[in-house]
Amino acid sequence: MEILVILVPLALMLGGAGLVAFLWSLKSGQYDDLDGAAWRAIADEEPAPEAPPKR
Amino acid sequence: MHVTRDFSHYVRAAGEGVQHIDLAVEGVHCAGCMAKIERGLSAIPDVTLARVNLTDRRVALEWKAGTLDPGRFIDRLEELGYKAYPFETESAEAAEVAESRLLLRCLGVAAFATMNVMMLSIPVWSGNVSDMLPEQRDFFHWLSALIALPAAAYAGQPFFRSAWRALSAKTTNMDVPISIGVILALGMSVVETIHHAEHAYFDAAIMLLTFLLVGRFLDQNMRRRTRAVAGNLAALKAETAAKFVGPDEISQVPVAAINPGDIVLLRPGERCAVDGTVIEGRSEIDQSLITGETLYVTADQGTPVYAGSMNISGTLRVRVSAASEATLLAEISRLLDNALQARSRYMRLADRASRLYAPVVHATALLTILGWVMAGASWHDAIVTGVAVLIITCPCALGLAIPTVQTIASGAMFKSGVLLNSGDSIERLAEADHVIFDKTGTLTLPDLEVMNAADIPADIFELAGRLALSSHHPVAAAVAQAAGAKSPVVGAVEEAGQGVRATVDGVQLRLGRPSFCGAEALVGSVDPEASIVAFSKGSEKFVLSVRQGLRPDAKAVIAALKARNIGIEILSGDREAAVKAAANALDIPEWRAGVTPADKIARIEELKQRGAKVLMVGDGMNDAPSLAAAHVSMSPISAAHLSQATADLVFLGRPLAPVVAAIDASRKALHLMRQNLWLAIGYNVLAVPVAISGVVTPLIAAAAMSGSSILVMLNSLRARSASREIV
Repeated sequence: MEILVILVPLALMLGGAGLVAFLWSLKSGQYDDLDGAAWRAIADEEPAPEAPPKR
Repeated sequence: MHVTRDFSHYVRAAGEGVQHIDLAVEGVHCAGCMAKIERGLSAIPDVTLARVNLTDRRVALEWKAGTLDPGRFIDRLEELGYKAYPFETESAEAAEVAESRLLLRCLGVAAFATMNVMMLSIPVWSGNVSDMLPEQRDFFHWLSALIALPAAAYAGQPFFRSAWRALSAKTTNMDVPISIGVILALGMSVVETIHHAEHAYFDAAIMLLTFLLVGRFLDQNMRRRTRAVAGNLAALKAETAAKFVGPDEISQVPVAAINPGDIVLLRPGERCAVDGTVIEGRSEIDQSLITGETLYVTADQGTPVYAGSMNISGTLRVRVSAASEATLLAEISRLLDNALQARSRYMRLADRASRLYAPVVHATALLTILGWVMAGASWHDAIVTGVAVLIITCPCALGLAIPTVQTIASGAMFKSGVLLNSGDSIERLAEADHVIFDKTGTLTLPDLEVMNAADIPADIFELAGRLALSSHHPVAAAVAQAAGAKSPVVGAVEEAGQGVRATVDGVQLRLGRPSFCGAEALVGSVDPEASIVAFSKGSEKFVLSVRQGLRPDAKAVIAALKARNIGIEILSGDREAAVKAAANALDIPEWRAGVTPADKIARIEELKQRGAKVLMVGDGMNDAPSLAAAHVSMSPISAAHLSQATADLVFLGRPLAPVVAAIDASRKALHLMRQNLWLAIGYNVLAVPVAISGVVTPLIAAAAMSGSSILVMLNSLRARSASREIV
């Protein structure tokens, strides 16, 4: 059972990392144009310009 | 005269030496367009960013400050085949975007906490039926509390705030029972954990928040999308005016940058974008968008003109006055204010459900507590059972029942060319059983058509069209368009107020008033709505009848409405003969002509007295008060600003079909909303007795809650098939 002392915080840290990643992606405007993002993924050209940072 | 375009109103600084502009672009709908536009614009030197937003149909541009005129971008897009307009984010839209981002953040936090608390709850549930030690269980409960309490405090903000606002105003709304339920469940769980109890409801409380946030986010997203499209449409309507910035220097500026006292130039064939008074020039103006009257009005010095009037024949200088100083508009705005005040606050389905829901649930919980105490249970046990009742009757299915259907139905309406201004308009539209149409611009198209084109020899008609290209007169423009003319006749001369003449191969051509062409004899029975244009080639003479045509599918739409047992009538400000002709063509026996805005409202009130639920469809400024007074209202995209802002729904394009499509979609949606509410209530009826009897464990609560929410969401998906072809 002592293993819990390591595993539980580890699990929480992984979940927390996921949350932080989500909040970052939201902040950097990745949810602003879902239709466009869907098309960009299959466009066969050089990558599109960066999304404008949200002010 | 020198004309410049001024975009400074739309350009903003975006950091160090970089300027930014947003353009709304028409006709972008796929990856091909996106790549084409981005490549085309990035090719302009000094452009640092060109990025298309496909969802909102906009492009964001940044460039090194002072190196470029934004007009170049618009010209470049024109070359690529897209019409673009500078665009200004309205504060309303910015607020919607901020709100939906907040909800998404809350949803992320709540979902993260739900998953992790669940991860800790499952060992507890399985441990409770096997060999878990009390210390281990407490440890897991404390960990759950550590995650759930801060997460709920953050993610519950939207509900707590709105509940607090409602309580401060001494009313109640759906968020009050939600907040009470969540806070009580968390509080009780902490107390239970301190007492080493077997059950804690951390998972149920945070899961409830997650489901509710999904509903809230969908609701918000629908509003945001509508706002974005409405914002684009406002930009596409290209609200600019030619303002005098010097004695003979004109700059094309956005209306937002024009102040009372400025002088603007109004050329023939232009639509006026401001309210003001004519200070110089003579012309005729078409005020059909203001009054519904299709005959032109003479304008000279001192005549008031209103935003939305079309200038016909001469050039006018207009001094801008502050909005609605003019008498006609004052009357309309007075009626509009009255109608808006009298607009009985429609009780939305969701509010009606929650008004019943909160007292019933809280009374049940209270009676449960008292009942158990009387039956001899301890206060502690009784309260735990009471809170279990509150948790199991969680309104998550109720909170999802309506927003999910609204979101999906509005998406379906969107596809058939209808935009919603408010969420509850779906419910009100579904109840409509009587439609009042305005005639001018609603049943008819706002642009002019040549009615007797088929009777004119093709070569003559084409020649008339080419000659018409030399005139700015809207009637001439209609002739040119109908004839498909491309190349103007060389050496054509326009005689103001008379017509155009030219000499080709020694033969004199004339197009204009019948008297100008010597064709008075040919003007026979005059169609009351038509403008008669004559064309003469030497001694050959023809007359063309030009007027607003009915929308192509108007007749089919009226028939479709009749088939749905909906009453139909026309109320128009136009003259009797004109209205009668349209009513007969469409087979509508009920019609009234020469109706003032006040008369329209009186008629709507009369119908209301009889218990009818009126849908008003209109486009003119004169329709705005009745759009507000009716139970629900629609206006075409070509409508006056005031009317569009007042209407609940706006439909796009030339056909009238969206009116029927919207009615069908809304009826189906209302049916599904009611079905969802019954599903949610049915679930509660089954779950509550179980909770009252005190046998609900956190495991049962979690399973029942998620089950009912998922069922409701799946049922809502059926609203997708709501957009069917009707004609």
